[in-house]
Amino acid sequence: MKEILSGNEAIARGAYEAGVKVACAYPGTPSTEILENTIRYQEIDSSWATNEKVALEVGIGASFVGARSLVTMKHVGVNVAADPLFTLSYTGVNGGLLLICADDPELHSSQNEQDSRNYAKFAKIPMLEPADSQECLEFTKLAYEISERHDTPVMLRTTTRISHSKSVVTLGERVAAVAEPKLARNAAKFVMLPGNARGRHYVVEDRITTLSKEGCSMAINRMELRDKKIGVITAGISYQHVREALPEASVLKLGMVFPLPFDLIREFASKVDKLYVVEELDAFIEDQVKAIGIPVTGKEIISLCGELTPGRVRKAFGLPENAQGTVEKLPGRPPNMCPGCPHRGVFYTLKQLNAYVSGDIGCYTLGFMPPLSAMDTCVCMGASIGMATGASKVLSPEERKKVVAVIGDSTFLHTGINGLMDMVYNKGAATVIILDNRITAMTGRQENPGSGHTLMSEPTNAIDFPMLCQAIGVKNIRTINPLDLDECQRVISEEMERPETSVIITDKPCVLIKKEGVFTPGKPLAVAEDSCIGCRACLKIGCPAIEWVPTSGKKGQAKIDPLLCNGCDVCRQLCKFSAIQEAK
Amino acid sequence: MSDKITNILLVGVGGQGILLAAEILSETFMLAGFDVKKSEIHGMSQRGGSVVSHVRYGKEVFSPMVPEGEGDILFGFELMESYRYLSLLKPGGTVIVNDLCIAPPAVLLGQEPYPDGLALKIQELCPDCLLVDGQNLAIEAGNARAANTVLLGAVSKRLDVEEKYWLEAIEKMVPKKALAVNLKAFALGRSLG
Ligand code: SF4
Ligand code: SF4
Repeated sequence: MKEILSGNEAIARGAYEAGVKVACAYPGTPSTEILENTIRYQEIDSSWATNEKVALEVGIGASFVGARSLVTMKHVGVNVAADPLFTLSYTGVNGGLLLICADDPELHSSQNEQDSRNYAKFAKIPMLEPADSQECLEFTKLAYEISERHDTPVMLRTTTRISHSKSVVTLGERVAAVAEPKLARNAAKFVMLPGNARGRHYVVEDRITTLSKEGCSMAINRMELRDKKIGVITAGISYQHVREALPEASVLKLGMVFPLPFDLIREFASKVDKLYVVEELDAFIEDQVKAIGIPVTGKEIISLCGELTPGRVRKAFGLPENAQGTVEKLPGRPPNMCPGCPHRGVFYTLKQLNAYVSGDIGCYTLGFMPPLSAMDTCVCMGASIGMATGASKVLSPEERKKVVAVIGDSTFLHTGINGLMDMVYNKGAATVIILDNRITAMTGRQENPGSGHTLMSEPTNAIDFPMLCQAIGVKNIRTINPLDLDECQRVISEEMERPETSVIITDKPCVLIKKEGVFTPGKPLAVAEDSCIGCRACLKIGCPAIEWVPTSGKKGQAKIDPLLCNGCDVCRQLCKFSAIQEAK
Repeated sequence: MSDKITNILLVGVGGQGILLAAEILSETFMLAGFDVKKSEIHGMSQRGGSVVSHVRYGKEVFSPMVPEGEGDILFGFELMESYRYLSLLKPGGTVIVNDLCIAPPAVLLGQEPYPDGLALKIQELCPDCLLVDGQNLAIEAGNARAANTVLLGAVSKRLDVEEKYWLEAIEKMVPKKALAVNLKAFALGRSLG
């Protein structure tokens, strides 16, 4: 049967067909939809872990007792999972284990552009790279065979344009006989004491040499010989752009990007006049080809930064570009927090209090956008609290009071909690605001241990944040309604004054939550034309439902779009002239 | 089947139903026997950001992205976003655009005006332009939110794919309770094409 699937959907399908029993992940764009699709298959136990390291550990546990397992994450997530990953390379597997890492060239929704292929080489783990959805499905199945045949975890790298693009896929059946997991003890392999690990290192090195040779005859590494003048080595999405831009060129399409099939590369090089490597981000293939003494052109013509497009490939090869009209400069259209978002009041208050805001990853990173403009730093998941500790250590007592860390519920549970333990233990004096909206919002509303539901929609324990903070040793813990500006102002300024750690927890849900009864919108508000004097106070919270109409009233007036307004009431509190009221 | 690939760009504002429209397009082309690829960016764009979706179909499609300046049809859900991405269109390409303005943040805040006369500017640059009153036609069909299906109807007239495949795709992708309204919206749009 044929279907149009995204790369992520095809990977989920491939996992199902391969007989996977356990799938675990922390959501991260562009990898998130893989697990949102494995839940379509009853046979797979799918779950969100609190972070990528835990997700991988869950996968390892399942593999060690014989089940095929799938672990997915985005590129920066691999940094978090790197610790178990490198040792997993030594232990190898029992049931096949596949780690998907989704890179984001062009930083469509990430804080850096790192190239995960380097992790495969660093951890000495084979890596496959599909070029469309059909290959996502097939490579996923192949990865489990390689994993079990070579006793190794396998990585599969996608990029945003593979994860989120859709193409036609032919589906297959789930493998008939999947071995039943059972306890298997093999301490020499699974207990990585130095004595055991030393021996395993030789196994790892042999495996890579064997795979490099085997790669020369793997069908996924294929030579497409056309015109011999130009030969291009490429993989993944870059292959598609090369075929589009240089339809006549000969191509060596690599499905396995680590280890490289060097004999096949030598053979291809001998058949063409001039050799190129076309790859996104790092000179990963290029450097290795050069290291075996084959001259090749790559990063001289293709940038190390950003994603490729057919146009960028044309340009690199000096082909004429299509005439492109230009249009005059237009106002930008950046993303914005939703109308009624519970975080807006907190950011408004922090701006009023002139706080130094140590920010984190999530919707609240959008607090950086004007007019809220209330975020001073943002580095990686969970870093806000540790960074606030660091800053508070060196600032004068007066300036220290300004330091506030903000972090979302999911991010706090991901790695923020470690920073908070450290802050309390090491007597850091900053204010930490946990913006608990009860969901992992930015990536598209995934459940987390604070939401009370699992990925498979079963009700479960919901974390009690105040009690958790208390257990860590925080003495000053307060809960506030983030939609009440007076309360925000009072509580946050009091806690900022305190010369020791304080935690403030906000308790309003994300407006996009789908579960019944968690979020109920209020009545939409409206601006009474005769009362609005055009002071612009309500514009300061940047709600997308409020528009400035310069032609109304004497000085212009605000207008609220009744279809967008969620009735959070924050704008009403800002209007000194009572011009904002419930719509009639 | 000729080797020609048809390149369609769907542009607009996050939340306007662009992704669903792109899914219906792709499904239609697959049902009609073509190879199809579709590409877009998720994440930030869900919160009111600018959205572009690429749909390409033909005998064999390689890149999922429409090569710059090779778009055959620009299918716009909002005027300013349509104007912004005109450069992706080939000279002489077709524009089908919803007559609707959605103010971006700088305009909401009164810092910049929403640019004037965009519909005219688009028509000047692209003579083959159809301006659709999607919102009102959708209301006529029974639901203001079906504007994307009205637009699909208008686009469908410009593509050589039989109507039955469009209807089949809509039936497959649109939730049951919204189906009748969407079929009507599609027919209204198609009558404009
Ligand atoms: S998705 Fe939720 S948390 Fe994110 S901006 Fe919207 S309301 Fe706020
Ligand atoms: S009440 Fe005001 S701030 Fe809240 S969603 Fe409506 S317009 Fe926006």
